[in-house]
Amino acid sequence: MAGTAAAGALAPAQDDRTARLPGAWRLGLLRGAMEIRMFFRLREQVVFTFAFPIVFLFLFASIFHDDMANTGSTASQYYVASMIAAGIMSTSFQSLGISIAIERDDKVLRRLRGTPMPPAAYFLGKIWLVLATGLLETAALLVFGSTVYDVDLPSDANGWLTLGWIFVLGITGCALLGIAISSVPKSGKSATSVVVLPFLVLQFISGVYILIDTVPGWMLTVGAFFPLKWMCQGLRGVFLPDAAAALEPAGSWEYGRIALVLAAWCVGGLVLCLLTFRWKNRNDG
Amino acid sequence: MSLSVSTGGGPGVHRSVDGSVAVRPFPAGAGGGTVGSMTDDVVKVRGLRKRYGEVNAVDGVDLGIRRGEVFGILGPNGAGKSTTVEILQGHRRRDGGEVTVLGQDPGTADRAWQARVGIVWQDESAAAELTVAETVGHFARYYPRPRDPAEVIDLVGLTGKAGSRTKALSGGQRRRLDVALGVIGGPELLLLDEPTTGFDPAARRQFWSLIRRLADEGTTIILTTHYLDEAEALADRLAVIAAGRVVAEGEPGSLAGRAQARATVHWAEPDGTARSEETDTPTRTVAELAGRFDGDIPGLRVTRPTLEDVYLRLIGSEDR
Repeated sequence: MAGTAAAGALAPAQDDRTARLPGAWRLGLLRGAMEIRMFFRLREQVVFTFAFPIVFLFLFASIFHDDMANTGSTASQYYVASMIAAGIMSTSFQSLGISIAIERDDKVLRRLRGTPMPPAAYFLGKIWLVLATGLLETAALLVFGSTVYDVDLPSDANGWLTLGWIFVLGITGCALLGIAISSVPKSGKSATSVVVLPFLVLQFISGVYILIDTVPGWMLTVGAFFPLKWMCQGLRGVFLPDAAAALEPAGSWEYGRIALVLAAWCVGGLVLCLLTFRWKNRNDG
Repeated sequence: MSLSVSTGGGPGVHRSVDGSVAVRPFPAGAGGGTVGSMTDDVVKVRGLRKRYGEVNAVDGVDLGIRRGEVFGILGPNGAGKSTTVEILQGHRRRDGGEVTVLGQDPGTADRAWQARVGIVWQDESAAAELTVAETVGHFARYYPRPRDPAEVIDLVGLTGKAGSRTKALSGGQRRRLDVALGVIGGPELLLLDEPTTGFDPAARRQFWSLIRRLADEGTTIILTTHYLDEAEALADRLAVIAAGRVVAEGEPGSLAGRAQARATVHWAEPDGTARSEETDTPTRTVAELAGRFDGDIPGLRVTRPTLEDVYLRLIGSEDR
């Protein structure tokens, strides 16, 4: 096509056409490692992310220090389940909803879009970040709860297994929901308000702060459409005695339904992300 | 790898800052001022249109950009040059016209195409908490045949800053990091949108020599700018865009009949009076003056319209 000199100069570039593009899974792992590294370099963010649920556990366990009526359990036992669930949702839904909106505003997403990185690698990287931070936060809560408030940890493998699958399904569904809501705010500046309000409302109507049997029925019905209520319920089943199931609206822990709803949110959240995700701000065309 | 071919003349010639001349590899038969043979065109644009509401931001732009050249797009703010480049990048949808970049429509191009196109963004969007080496090394992983990260960091002159986090870099250093991320994949085509806006003069000169080095390696480069000296220093060919249309296209030295324009000969009479004469034959005028003055002609200058003169005339006539 061109002279010999040109062909020589262009040879490396032409090889690109035949070389294989790196795969989404591998790049997702690389992005995950990089996201985790960036997260831990912002010390302030690390401290406040992990301190938040611990401070709330401290507040609630101190305010309601009495034993819970009719259950043979304690308030700290109830709130450790609540705070793990809320912590999972805050590290996934809230932090992704806000941080992706800011990345979109700062044109980080547009820059990535201008490379051959497959979009799935970006989402996978976010999921790895969220799994790592969520796991650490849960561990921190368990350590704090068991040492300071004598919270009983699951006594058998079954309890840990339940904690494990609720964690994985819950954090995946909430992460996808967070990625989806990041497209709602018009700019990174408004992202915090847009993301925090629904999260706060969900926490109230899902029985995170208020005992589940005192939440009005219609609120519970609304809350039941979202994953947080089911995560809380499943984790109460892990940390409270079986007698406490009587406080649940259904009178039981409903593990089958929990798995179903959380799995549905994983699938639905993925579809929502694929349909609505924006790489640019609305006014960037 | 710097390529030097001594064929003299032609649009591939570049004079670098240190005065040396490098001639870039260039497709045969691309020496004329008109659009070269279509097979060599890296970018083909025909009748490109883009509307924003009631405004025709791009209103029928035609471009042909050849492999290996540095192509400048000049124009006032809001003329449509950024929109045009964004459409070439595949980051903005067009409303009409045909666009082919490296043989594909950027609007529907795949990852393999994206790997062959480098983009240097105007905004500083590199992760603040990562170091230069980490950022460049990470982006290299996205490409099938990346360049060596250390070599690219060296190319943009950031070797001394390789271990610094992005947030600790100066504005000019961050822009050079942006260039590193644009070329890390070894692109055949590099697109830069107003790359030196906000630079001090020294930083701009450094940036120019970086662009020349990339061009010497055979990369096709498209850059938009509103600095005329930048266009004149870097571009093999230019298009001037005003009000969404290409109003002139050609080599900087002969744009819009600049080389054929009448010259003005300036000199000073023995009593100190400044004189000037517009002429088609400046050499004859100077020879006559040389005969009249015994020895040196005081205050002698021969000028032709500068790129700025031509440019202002072009955009002035199109604007309103």
